[in-house]
Amino acid sequence: MPVISVRDLKKTYIVGDIEVRALRHVSLDVEPGEFLSVTGPSGSGKSTFMHILGCLDRPTSGQYFLDGKDVSRLQKNELARIRNHQIGFVFQGFNLLSRTTALENVELPLLYNSGASKASERRRRAMESLKLVGLEQRSHHLPNQLSGGQQQRVAIARALINNPSILLADEPTGNLDTKTSIEVMDVFQTLNRERGITVLLITHERDIAEYGTRVVAFRDGVIKTDEKISTRRIASEELAALPPTPVD
Amino acid sequence: MSILMTFRIALKALNRNKMRTALTMLGMIIGVGAVITMVALGNGAQVSIEQQIQSAGTNVIMVNAGNFSSGGVRQGQGMSNTMTPDDAVAIRDVSGVQYVAEGINQGAQIVAGNQNWFTQVQGTNVDLPSIKSWLIESGQFFTPSDVTSAAKVAVIGTTVRDMLFPDGTDPVGQIIRVRNQPFKIIGVLTSKGQTGVGQDQDDVLYAPFTTVQKKLRGITYIQNITVSAASADNIKETADAIAAVLRVRHKIQPGDNDDFMVRTLEDIAAVRTETTRTMTSLLASIAGVSLLVGGIGIMNIMLVSVTERTREIGLRLAIGARGGDVLLQFLVEAVVISMLGGSIGIGLGYALSQSLTQFLQWPTYVSPQAVLVAFGFAAGIGIFFGFYPARKASALDPIEALRYE
Repeated sequence: MPVISVRDLKKTYIVGDIEVRALRHVSLDVEPGEFLSVTGPSGSGKSTFMHILGCLDRPTSGQYFLDGKDVSRLQKNELARIRNHQIGFVFQGFNLLSRTTALENVELPLLYNSGASKASERRRRAMESLKLVGLEQRSHHLPNQLSGGQQQRVAIARALINNPSILLADEPTGNLDTKTSIEVMDVFQTLNRERGITVLLITHERDIAEYGTRVVAFRDGVIKTDEKISTRRIASEELAALPPTPVD
Repeated sequence: MSILMTFRIALKALNRNKMRTALTMLGMIIGVGAVITMVALGNGAQVSIEQQIQSAGTNVIMVNAGNFSSGGVRQGQGMSNTMTPDDAVAIRDVSGVQYVAEGINQGAQIVAGNQNWFTQVQGTNVDLPSIKSWLIESGQFFTPSDVTSAAKVAVIGTTVRDMLFPDGTDPVGQIIRVRNQPFKIIGVLTSKGQTGVGQDQDDVLYAPFTTVQKKLRGITYIQNITVSAASADNIKETADAIAAVLRVRHKIQPGDNDDFMVRTLEDIAAVRTETTRTMTSLLASIAGVSLLVGGIGIMNIMLVSVTERTREIGLRLAIGARGGDVLLQFLVEAVVISMLGGSIGIGLGYALSQSLTQFLQWPTYVSPQAVLVAFGFAAGIGIFFGFYPARKASALDPIEALRYE
């Protein structure tokens, strides 16, 4: 069963008197364990698509099955619950709380999860999550004491803490330099390969998209191409090939 | 999310911006502090009035000759000559009456040795100390036979003693001259301090009223009668009964004005308590305005805070916070500011009241009710002024909020 199944999705905005058709007849299946890259120029509808997949927005029409359940008509609070339990978000701007330690940032989604009411339990799970991204040594650092790459890894750890069905990354390398971008992509690839986590990567950079197993390109609100990547980039190999630099 | 955790998150958020939190809190601190101090001043005044009434004697009914208006002519109290010692005898038979003391006053220059002093000579009878719960410091009060025989004996207050005997001689047994007539001092009353309007209650000389009538003034009427009721429960009825007896004795027709006035100390106290209460309300409302301003300050800061933390709100919504969670978070922040400020304000108000009493001798009383009301009010202000910004925060669209720069 596909983890994401989208059928004939439409999204129309009314801006003033003008009707903006951001998405028109989008259908797509994503299997568990896939690493899907979503690309397209700005205005192509990929952000709208991602917002709907992330349950931040509802489609005007069409259906969206997440883990087999139609979530396209759910109420606000039910969507909040889905976001908390089944979706992990990684943003371009990291969106970490300032003056709050890495550990507490990672714990944040658990505060809205009634299944994790014990502080010790939250701490343990946050620590585990940080270990997955290799930052257990920095758990008590504040965001401004971490590099951009480390901050993004904290954000990934935060996205992972509720064991989501999908990891939704919106331009996760947009604020990072090339080498750090590769490091972050390595984290995504490792999680995808070793833990079978489904990753959806939204990017407008073609070369970043090539870290995925499959690329979907949007244009004018429809999927223009949908293809398997023949020559996939492997971040770990690229990192090994890079000249050694001082460790951050 | 549990409310305890919400409180912890609120404290953390407030801690991130200490200066701003402190300044916002200051508005509440000053507001609550002012309310507490003002109410403490008002309550203090009321308590001191009650104490004065208590010290003036319980269950006391004052009967004064004359009335504010009599037969169209306005007169002061005690300015009529229609009240006689026989009236007092009649009042003694009214049911519910315990003690009765005739009264007549005369200002007089009094001389002892080479010292002299102008004071009020008050003629009365032996019941007065019982009515007013007075104690004798030395010597004794005069006896019924002193009253019957119009003996020239005197009981003085401590101010008179200090003026006439500055060297500390025991005044009891000394002879003084009142209007050139020799009086023997037989007792000194314990000090009673000042009345509520600053009148020295110790600057007085008591003599049998018969003596004042015959030896000092040459009259047969009296100016007032001080009565005490047997119990506090039927003061009003007793006062009415006294008035009825006097109306019959003075042949006052129904509809005509009385030529006397019967008042209980409670009547007098009620007027003054009412005045104090009005004053307290006035002061408290002015202080309340500053509390309101403090509340508006909270709303202002919370609105700024919501705008500033738009991205944080967007993030929280994205990772699964419901609108209600965000609403509660900001509401609790506002309530924490107002309640913390309120608590400090109560402390400040208490300290201020104490120092007013300490340094200016103003009576103050911080009542538990005032503290509770102030605290509840502070919490209420937090909820009222925090709700709008919190509502605003919870209604944000996560997508828009995450994009906010």
